[in-house]
Amino acid sequence: MPEPLHGPARLLVADDNKVNRLLLTRTLELQGHVVESAANGRVALEMLRAGNFDLVLLDMEMPEMDGFEVLEHLHADRRLRDVPVIVTSSLEGLDHVVRCIELGAEDFLSKPVNAGLLKARIGSSLEKKRLRDQLGDMVRRFATPEVAEDLQQSGFTLEGRHVHATVLFCDIRDFTALVESQPASTTIELLNTWYTLMFDAISGEGGVVNQMIGDGLMAMFGAPLPLVDHAGAAVRAALEMIDMIELFGEQRRADGLAPIRIGIGIATGDMVAGYTGTRQRATYTCVGDTVNLAARLEAHTKVAGRAILVDAATHAALGSMAGIEPMGPVAFRGKAGPVDVFAITDLSRESPP
Amino acid sequence: MTHVVIDPHTFDELQASAGADFVAELVDTFAEEAPTIVAEMRAAFAEGSAERFRRAAHSLKSNSSTFGATRLAELARALELGGLPAHASGVDAVAHELGSTIVALREIARA
Repeated sequence: MPEPLHGPARLLVADDNKVNRLLLTRTLELQGHVVESAANGRVALEMLRAGNFDLVLLDMEMPEMDGFEVLEHLHADRRLRDVPVIVTSSLEGLDHVVRCIELGAEDFLSKPVNAGLLKARIGSSLEKKRLRDQLGDMVRRFATPEVAEDLQQSGFTLEGRHVHATVLFCDIRDFTALVESQPASTTIELLNTWYTLMFDAISGEGGVVNQMIGDGLMAMFGAPLPLVDHAGAAVRAALEMIDMIELFGEQRRADGLAPIRIGIGIATGDMVAGYTGTRQRATYTCVGDTVNLAARLEAHTKVAGRAILVDAATHAALGSMAGIEPMGPVAFRGKAGPVDVFAITDLSRESPP
Repeated sequence: MTHVVIDPHTFDELQASAGADFVAELVDTFAEEAPTIVAEMRAAFAEGSAERFRRAAHSLKSNSSTFGATRLAELARALELGGLPAHASGVDAVAHELGSTIVALREIARA
């Protein structure tokens, strides 16, 4: 929800001293904010937990629960951690200021608080909070719930780590010809339907779609969160994706349109997973030989004439499963030696004969 | 004869940012609240609670400086930072200064 810059915000004033509380409330109301107040830290914390506040002005010396304790509680509460706190105190000594900042306070203003300075500090804190909220919205919209959760828990770090996981690449066959044969809006509609179907199949098996590239996508199984039997999950998702595309094809045929076909490549192994990009724009992804191999396998489905191709590590993790067809060793660009490739052909899933 | 010093700059600024009518009300609130703070200081002194004494002095210092009551703020600050005093004369001085300060504040608040 776009708000005017420095527009009305919901503020909480926590101060046990009535004169301070009234004056601060008045000053903030004159600056156009909606203000509520609490006479001690315990009440302030209850109000913060119950309501949606954009910012807190916190006194340090309070009965029942002092400001330091409130800061500690806020910091420990994931939901309240991002609410900016400006400390207003007449405590003397730099060590108090340092302690407040270390406990997560955004700023420390000495009492009596200058109205102009207060306005500037609140404006800047609210602006920072709005940017953080926007980033949060973006993360929720564009990242998977798993990644959003991971981001929130770890804070925003670009640190990578090694994971053992399975990567799946998928794209629509002959998509370029399709694009040229139909109106632009039809193409986007088709892509949206396709993405919806693929996302369902992938997340239904615990996978995470982390890249959408035109008519293709990349999904991870076992990263960012560990997943039991990630190779099996990826193959089950692939079979489900093929099923869905068949159903979608029937529907398209009924509408007098050409069915679409997809190719899927799957590889399992070690890779580096993490956020790549800049602080302004980053995406969670995996890189490494395993990822490259999955992409090569997907491209090879056209040559092999099979819908799903997997590598030896994925095949080994599947155990005995009906309908696995060895395709023999294939030489891929970027690979030192030939790689054993297997096609998943049978749809009898995990029930071996 | 009182020699209460209210820093005109601080008081004018307060009126400019919060409004003269509101400041007059705030002075009344201070006149009601401050004696209870002094009473708290006396009680803390009587029971020998240094922390309670410090908090009360701190609170009075904070309010005094809000209004620009420089001398009262200095007296309260000396008590805040001085630890539990040996005798009550410091509190008596604060109480006396508070009385004159309230009179002076009411005067300029309604001017």
